[in-house]
Amino acid sequence: MRIAGLMLLMAGWALVVLALILLPATAARSAFLGAGFAVEMIGLVLAMRRQLPPSEDTA
Amino acid sequence: MTLCFVMILLIPLALAGMALVNAGLGRSHSASHSMLSSLCVISVAAIAYMVCGHAFAGAAGVPGRQLLLGGKPWSVLGASPWFLGGLAREFNPGASQGAMITPLVALFGMLGAALAALVPLSAGADRWKLGASCASTALLAGLIYPIFFHWAWGGGWLAQLGANYGLGQGFVDCGGAGAIQVIAGLSALSITWVLGPRRAKYPAVGVVAAIPAHNIVLVLLGCLLLLPGWFGLNAGGAMLFNGASIAGLPLVALNTLLCGAGSALTAVVFTKVRFSRPDASLTANGLVAGLAASSAGCAYVSPFFSLLIGVGAGLLVIFTVELLETRLGIDDPAGAVSVHAVAGVWGLLSLGLLGRLPGTAAGIAAATAGTAYGGTAYVSGGQMLAQVVGVATLLGLMLPASYFLNRLIDRFYPYRSDEDGERLGMDLLELGAGAYPEFLIHGDEYTQR
Repeated sequence: MRIAGLMLLMAGWALVVLALILLPATAARSAFLGAGFAVEMIGLVLAMRRQLPPSEDTA
Repeated sequence: MTLCFVMILLIPLALAGMALVNAGLGRSHSASHSMLSSLCVISVAAIAYMVCGHAFAGAAGVPGRQLLLGGKPWSVLGASPWFLGGLAREFNPGASQGAMITPLVALFGMLGAALAALVPLSAGADRWKLGASCASTALLAGLIYPIFFHWAWGGGWLAQLGANYGLGQGFVDCGGAGAIQVIAGLSALSITWVLGPRRAKYPAVGVVAAIPAHNIVLVLLGCLLLLPGWFGLNAGGAMLFNGASIAGLPLVALNTLLCGAGSALTAVVFTKVRFSRPDASLTANGLVAGLAASSAGCAYVSPFFSLLIGVGAGLLVIFTVELLETRLGIDDPAGAVSVHAVAGVWGLLSLGLLGRLPGTAAGIAAATAGTAYGGTAYVSGGQMLAQVVGVATLLGLMLPASYFLNRLIDRFYPYRSDEDGERLGMDLLELGAGAYPEFLIHGDEYTQR
């Protein structure tokens, strides 16, 4: 799950960069920048989902 | 330039403060290990930055390595000499004041690397081996931090967003909210993922165990040292990378103090209301979060907005510390992820929302000379987009890079100490003696179970 989240983070960043390079119109660029950032947020949520510790030790 | 040099010389106070905060928030049986690790990672960061960091970071006026993307130049990496080569020439007796800029940028960058390296140390407290923390620091100070440094401060593609794509003034980060704080906070997150939580933190049954700070006096003394250190950080950054003059520095210092004060008081009031008593460690976290958030726009926001940014940082840090610890299973003893990454991101975005940046080069000069609220200053939607691109780069590229590279090092040189490190303490395991040998504060720390 964490790896998938990190991959989504990178995909979102790629969207942001591609929007800068490929879209000259301000509105379309802004929309794609927002979409890329939204994808990153989804990736961050996936990457940060709780993973319980490996130990059963309760100290 | 002389004043800038003096400001930069204040930054070591922030290093001392951060080391004290880290040691105080950890456990007593790892206190001297924490302080020794701080000294070691500062040294490793300085050397790694000298070897290759400055070369990757570059400096203003030194052309970087460029790619041509969509017909626009993207400066992706600095092209300064390795091993700080060529700096000796800057100090010949006939050198002008302007010739000091490159050595000052190198000194600022080196101290920034050291400060960034101290942050993950707190996230790995009580379980991160000394050698492993040094290896991770070399990665941070020699590669990850310098690359973003170049993009934001060395004339890189983020700084060029304004010139290339009309996004305000490009990505703006006066004192290192992104280049130092968020990078460091995300590196801390990577370290918590790689190390996993302390064994006592999440019992198989029952609630999450609270492992309180062992010496809150050290923590609060550290906060008091962080304050002047942050004046140096923000003022030095504003002068070096935003052209602030002497007249603009009082505003930078005012905003730094107000942001930290707003955040600390928010934490005091919120914890008093919620727990019936103010919580000292969360208040310390609040102060540092406010300082981290102030770094982004300290030269470009009004004192009132700076206070608001501080209040926002204080609220964010309280909520996210609890969220990360109790819901997301992230064992971060000093709250480094919330304090540095979350507050830093908030500072960067709030600059886009509340900052009044000038629209022209002449306007920038007026703003940094202390007249930021004249006719040329305005809030720009394009600036907000530039800040979003910067934050997206931090989250979408620097976080995965930090995690995967740390994971790679961990495969060859395991980061985490064995079980004895947590049971006996890192002091006994790696140093052979505790920080407080005349006291037996917690008997179970020294008793074989």
